[in-house]
Amino acid sequence: MTMEKKEKCKCPFCENELEMSCFGPAFCEPCSKEEVQPKDKMTIILFSGEMDKAIAAFTLATTAASSNMDVSIFFTFWGLNILKKTKYTIAKPQMLMQKMFNMMSTSKLPISKLNFFGLGGWMMKKLMKKSKMASLEDLMKLAKELNVKYIACTTSCGVLGLSKENLIDDVSEFAGSTTYLAEAKESKINLFI
Amino acid sequence: MGLFCPMPIIKTKQEMETMKPGEVIEVTADDPGFEKDLPAWCKMSGEKFIEIKKEGNLLKGYVMKKGER
Repeated sequence: MTMEKKEKCKCPFCENELEMSCFGPAFCEPCSKEEVQPKDKMTIILFSGEMDKAIAAFTLATTAASSNMDVSIFFTFWGLNILKKTKYTIAKPQMLMQKMFNMMSTSKLPISKLNFFGLGGWMMKKLMKKSKMASLEDLMKLAKELNVKYIACTTSCGVLGLSKENLIDDVSEFAGSTTYLAEAKESKINLFI
Repeated sequence: MGLFCPMPIIKTKQEMETMKPGEVIEVTADDPGFEKDLPAWCKMSGEKFIEIKKEGNLLKGYVMKKGER
């Protein structure tokens, strides 16, 4: 008696046929391996709009992304300054107070300590260049190459009067806290910076 | 060379994407953190860590690309 029953792998991605026996597997070999090791996830909430904190966040994000993890960064409040296209993001539909906020917090990021009206930030940039540390711009470019997902918080965008056109094109999603939570629920690492 | 965390690891990863399974990469770095970072990265990414050699200030790491040959 021969059993000639062939079935297809039960995963939705491949069409591989399986040699079925009574105890036969439901997935083909490559798929069952993937089943055991799904990609780990990492989520970061980037709340602050300071250069040093952003560098820390992007350093971790790029490292995680190159270590086989899915990374998404949720930009909210001052973190949105990092994503601004131009230094002063003042648009017509903004209210006076929104304009004032965007006047005073720009995409020219300060550092979180010893800023001295920009002098500290300038010195920090010089120092980092001298010691060949990657700059924020480099890290952001890398993050994009490594498919790090940027999510901009629509609520803070609304409060600060920012729209899709004011932010860089790398932003992959405009969403709220629920989207973030849904991602964070499945992620192993979760940071608030 | 001359780069700081996380660049050595990211460059390694980018280079390894162009390699075939079974091939071994030699990475030279002078970031002292690299000694611990490379094995940790291999653990996460599943690549096979071979060894790290110290030559003065230089660190030479060897990693084999995973997968069947």
